[in-house]
Amino acid sequence: MSIVTVQLGQCGNQVGQELFDIICNDAQEGQRKAYRESSTERFFRETTHGDLVARAVLVDMEPKVINSSMAKAAKCGRWQYGDRSHFSQKQGSGNNWANGFCVHGPRHTEVLEDLVRREAEHCDRLAGIMPVMSVAGGTGSGVGTYVTQRLRDIYPNSFILNHLTWPYGTGEVIVQNYNSVLTLAHLYQLSDAILVHENDVVQRICSQLLNIKHASFGDVNRVIGHQLGSVLQPALTGDCHGVYSRNPLGELVSGLVCHPEYKLLSVCTVPQMASTSIAYSTFSWPGPLKHLRQMLISNTKLEEGIDWQVRPSVRPGGTERTRSRTGPGFNTSLANLLILRGKDVYSAETGGFGDPALYTSWLSPEQGFNLWKCPVPFNKYEKSATLVSNSQALLEPLDNMVAKAWNMFASRAYIHQYTKFGISEEDFLDSFTSLEQVISSYKQLC
Amino acid sequence: MTQSVVVQVGQCGNQVGCRFWDLALREHAHVNKKGVYDEALSSFFRNVDSRRSSGGACDIGGRIHYLKARAVLVDMEEGVVNEILQGPLREVFDSTQLLTDVSGSGNNWAVGHMTYGSAYREQIVDKLRRAAEHCDCLQCFFLIHSMGGGTGSGLGTRVLSLLEEEFPEVCRIVTSVFPSPEDDVITSPYNSVLALRELTEHADCVLPVENQSLVDIVNKIKHMSHGGKPASAIKRDSAIISGQGGLGGAEKPFDAMNNIVANLLLNITSSARFQGSLNMDLNEIAMNLVPFPRLHYLVPSLTPLYTLADVNVPTRRLDQMFSDAFNKDHQLIRADPKHSLYLACALMVRGNVQVSDLRRNIERLRPSLPFVSWNQEGWKTGLCSVPPVGHSHSLLALANNTCVKPTFMDLQERFTKLYRKKAYLHHYLHVEGMEHSVFSEAVTSLSSLIEEYNHLDATKRRLMPDAPRLRIAT
Repeated sequence: MSIVTVQLGQCGNQVGQELFDIICNDAQEGQRKAYRESSTERFFRETTHGDLVARAVLVDMEPKVINSSMAKAAKCGRWQYGDRSHFSQKQGSGNNWANGFCVHGPRHTEVLEDLVRREAEHCDRLAGIMPVMSVAGGTGSGVGTYVTQRLRDIYPNSFILNHLTWPYGTGEVIVQNYNSVLTLAHLYQLSDAILVHENDVVQRICSQLLNIKHASFGDVNRVIGHQLGSVLQPALTGDCHGVYSRNPLGELVSGLVCHPEYKLLSVCTVPQMASTSIAYSTFSWPGPLKHLRQMLISNTKLEEGIDWQVRPSVRPGGTERTRSRTGPGFNTSLANLLILRGKDVYSAETGGFGDPALYTSWLSPEQGFNLWKCPVPFNKYEKSATLVSNSQALLEPLDNMVAKAWNMFASRAYIHQYTKFGISEEDFLDSFTSLEQVISSYKQLC
Repeated sequence: MTQSVVVQVGQCGNQVGCRFWDLALREHAHVNKKGVYDEALSSFFRNVDSRRSSGGACDIGGRIHYLKARAVLVDMEEGVVNEILQGPLREVFDSTQLLTDVSGSGNNWAVGHMTYGSAYREQIVDKLRRAAEHCDCLQCFFLIHSMGGGTGSGLGTRVLSLLEEEFPEVCRIVTSVFPSPEDDVITSPYNSVLALRELTEHADCVLPVENQSLVDIVNKIKHMSHGGKPASAIKRDSAIISGQGGLGGAEKPFDAMNNIVANLLLNITSSARFQGSLNMDLNEIAMNLVPFPRLHYLVPSLTPLYTLADVNVPTRRLDQMFSDAFNKDHQLIRADPKHSLYLACALMVRGNVQVSDLRRNIERLRPSLPFVSWNQEGWKTGLCSVPPVGHSHSLLALANNTCVKPTFMDLQERFTKLYRKKAYLHHYLHVEGMEHSVFSEAVTSLSSLIEEYNHLDATKRRLMPDAPRLRIAT
């Protein structure tokens, strides 16, 4: 089954290009045949000449980024984008969500739907659609939300997994918090699951773990591509009896998103190290898995500076547990998906992740914990483990984002820029209300 | 890529505009070595081959034949425009882009705005429309004028409102030269206040520039270059006031000052024309820097002012450039942004600077700059990889800051001094369409603008509490 990726805006197109690059290299690298075929089927289609064409649609309101992404892909020689799979205009969205959602989206909706439809028709079976975008700008966030809305109407039975990149906390665009709030509030109603990467965190991975002194956006995007690739490449899930899963998005969504109020997913991968060091490292499973578990519990996003003091509390006799019983800084999970790739996956001991103390009291760990395995190593790492979790990990960044946006809204700054394109103060209030609801739900998890 | 059209009105507007086109050609000549008409050139110039039958317009990618500026030149007396047409830039303009009259506006806003405004309305709209039609995707109109005279101030603001009427979706960025207190035009306060009202109502962004600051900057550079020490000699053609390397012949009196303003316009559009790792388009400037529709006065500052010629002297450190941008000596109006309140700030960096340098400097300077409570991280940044001629890197800072208030209050005071005595009023009231109410409305508009800035300033010292969040019933 195949996934159609929709790359939106500058960030979406740059991240998407790195993702396809990593997936293609990983699959083609003398791996086992079943893995390669499954991965290729999932992300690429073959032309009559045997070239690999990515199952992707590129959308942006100005042409520069799409041109450079397509050129980069063509240059590597191993895969390329479809010649007619892109759409761009001359003038961007000006960092304005309203401009993207109310003007550009509806204006070009037919062309965009058509592009996605053509890609979907090339798939034997459609596993789902993955829009990739950022939330800070105008096109990725505004047009991306509009496109998600249209796709939800056109494909009511398909899975839609949105991948979002959250901006640096210290601001790259002044109105980024408004754009983020509007995007998240709308996507919550439309998406099946929302997978998030934060620029701050990925930047730290680059500087602290990968030893890149002056990380560029290319480096950041490669890390995102690596983490996302490790989630989406073929794996043996619970239901599939020895064959690579044919429904990756479906299983991911049903395993992790058991309640519509809880859709935010975060990703961690261990190990992450400079490419020059990979060849020299070997390790066994217990070490990284222990780190990963503690990273989950203490809400540390990097495999460095992990706080080992945070522990789950011992649950008393009854099944009820109040918030105060868990220690400060403890990250309660709703559900977790652990993906192991590489050597000796069958012998890895993962019991620690099934501990009921990690999970909220109203779900049993059998329902909360999912495990996928794949004996084929991913992206040159002999062994790697990825944890996708639906937990309180994103609560703090979300809360901060809403707080800043609310403060700005209280003085009505910049609102006229949005109202002139059709987004009213009412719409803002609705979005704030939805997100406060989400924040409240996550806060009460215990 | 998008195109922009420059509309220059009045003597000051045309003289500054002339310097702008000269420096623009110089900049593109520096970058475009192959003589190919590319996207960057097309944002300000058309490529015309008169041998072609279709009227001559050439597409991107071909060789350069004749470059024609995307401009409209308006003046109510012929002297300045004639001089341009006889000078080295005559090839860049064709007669359909010009609008002139003979007698001038007599330093009278009303004559410029009402008399000439009505008389030439059709022709102006026609020329603007023609310039717009030559553009594939028109993004922005740049209006250059002065506030103190009659044509630039009166007719210029009339053109502004016509632009809003005819092209409501195209951004309007206005560069206004404010008069200094020692200005020799006695009625400049009247003209400026009347024009200011139009700017507040009809412009998307205004870049105010004061003659006095330009004079100070020019003096600073001249002082530096005549300093005497050989090590401090300034590298040729790197000073922000220099027009060397351009087409213009010998330097004329206001040229040094006008070059600064021309450089301002070049830097603001650099990201729209050239490649960069973090592009900042013109509509993003208007979006991010204007939190409330009337408060759209952006104080510009340009650094570095010059590069030293001696290669043995280490190039001025990057960090020094960032610090200077917030220094009151580098602002183009007489104001001190560091002691007033920032509503938002944009940093446009050109040249060989990395994201990490930019972020580091923002972190470093942030504590000393007072930002309004709801916009503590109010920075908009852009990186363009092509530096300006003669420099390895440069920085343009645009600050939406309450430090414009003293300039406005000063203007209000000078206006009131004259208006109280009804001095010179009869010149204005004689013009058809002009009444006392026009004056009083203009003053009211200015007072309320000052009041809005006052209101924001009042929050500066106080630590504003966060607005209470919505509470969800559980």
